[in-house]
Amino acid sequence: MNHSAQPLETPEAVDGREPVIEVRDLVSHYGERRILDGVDLQVRRGEILVIMGGSGSGKSTLLHHLLGLKRPSAGSIRLLGSELEDLSKKQLYALRRRMGVAFQGGALFSSMSLRENVALPLRQHTRLDEETIRIMTRMKLEMVNLGGFEDLRPAELSGGMLKRAGLARSLIMDPELLFFDEPSAGLDPVVSAELDELILRLREALSMTIVVVTHELESAFGIADRILVLDQGRVLVTGTVEQVRNTDNARVQDLLNRRPRNEPVDAEAYLRRLTGMRD
Amino acid sequence: MFRAIERLGDRTLYFIELWGQMGLFLFTTLASLLRPPYQLHPILKQIHFIGARSTLVILVAGVFTGMVVALQFYDTLVRFGSVAMLGSAVALALIRELGPVLSALVVIGRAGSAICAEIGIMRNDEQIDALECMAIDPYKYLIAPRILGGLIAVPALTMIFIVVGIFGGWFVGVVLFGVSEAAYFHGMYDTVVWHDVWMGVVKSFVFGLIIVWVATVRGFFLHLDRSGVFGAEGVSRTTTNAVVFSTIGVLVSDYLISAVML
Repeated sequence: MNHSAQPLETPEAVDGREPVIEVRDLVSHYGERRILDGVDLQVRRGEILVIMGGSGSGKSTLLHHLLGLKRPSAGSIRLLGSELEDLSKKQLYALRRRMGVAFQGGALFSSMSLRENVALPLRQHTRLDEETIRIMTRMKLEMVNLGGFEDLRPAELSGGMLKRAGLARSLIMDPELLFFDEPSAGLDPVVSAELDELILRLREALSMTIVVVTHELESAFGIADRILVLDQGRVLVTGTVEQVRNTDNARVQDLLNRRPRNEPVDAEAYLRRLTGMRD
Repeated sequence: MFRAIERLGDRTLYFIELWGQMGLFLFTTLASLLRPPYQLHPILKQIHFIGARSTLVILVAGVFTGMVVALQFYDTLVRFGSVAMLGSAVALALIRELGPVLSALVVIGRAGSAICAEIGIMRNDEQIDALECMAIDPYKYLIAPRILGGLIAVPALTMIFIVVGIFGGWFVGVVLFGVSEAAYFHGMYDTVVWHDVWMGVVKSFVFGLIIVWVATVRGFFLHLDRSGVFGAEGVSRTTTNAVVFSTIGVLVSDYLISAVML
């Protein structure tokens, strides 16, 4: 098996636009276990990058590093022009106001209505009056097709609705940079396709830079400008959809063609991964 | 032999880490209180949750504790012919010891466990990460109001417990056993000094802090628990740990405060 990284930088990827995220040689441990092993990545303004990989590939850990929730063992992360390692808590919070994060299960607060959940960042960070907050919240909820559900509590919503509500909350401060964790996991294909559509619309309408973490091939190919395939903590390949499709990396081809790995022992785990079990 | 030493070292490191984690956690929370925004509403909500909703249990526990204390003391004092001391004995026992400790134990069972489970579930569901990512300090937003709520609610509950307990004692002593009412209350005025009240107050503040501190820190660091169990099992295990740990904390600190202040 060939596990060495094959960076395929594309002309589009290295064109004039400024990089919004730059990760160099990122190494991460969980206890003694090495989760990420020298990951490099770059995202330019206005680009949609999809980080793809199976369970245990390290993609969730990578996301946690990009959000500044976990400190790397080695390597550097630059986000919107700032080195994460050098930031004070105050500076990190200032940076985070410029980005939005949509979590896998929505991560909404169960004690609040949908409206209160989505309005939370506005209430904490701005001095807008009630009416303005109401209108802005409504706009974002309508954007994700949840208009009219404002007064419901998270417990009354379906998985797909929670995900969309989480997305609405992440958009409320009009971020430059959006992270979306597993937009299609656990959703039926139609809802999942709608979310992909929404992600593309957001980029068009608001010229956001978007990083999506997913294990779904279909969704990844549908929305990505570039894809980064992660496996066992290493980058297998980065490139455009075409480049990733045509790569000769055996492991990537296995992933794309849904072939189990060589070891028959892993077949079941692989199947589970493809059918969408969480990390 | 080597294994035993290894295990001892491992345990020691674990305890140092645990205490360091708890200390930093409290420090970060208290420091977050100094920064704006200063919001009153979340604190009131926690006082309501920890305090107001425990009042009924505290009332019942207080009455019966006062009654049983009076019963026991009456039975003892009558042998020495000094039932006139009943009022002061009941009041001192309640103010110095039983009021603070039993109120704390009630609050651990009612609110401490609930707080720990709530914070633990929030950790599991990435809600705490979400707060971080929205640039909302979870220490300030989630933890600080609970700690302050505990610091206000537990002493208030303790006071209610003591007052109700004294009247429970009055019912048994004066109404049932015919001790003179004047003796019951005058004995109390004469023997209970401010120092006794002060001891009760200090205890109830310390217990309030311990209960909420332990509950929140265990829930908050659920994901770092060394058992490595997450999900529902992790939350249930952590909640049990928090209840055990804060109960022991309350009893040990009770002894220490008594030893220092007596």
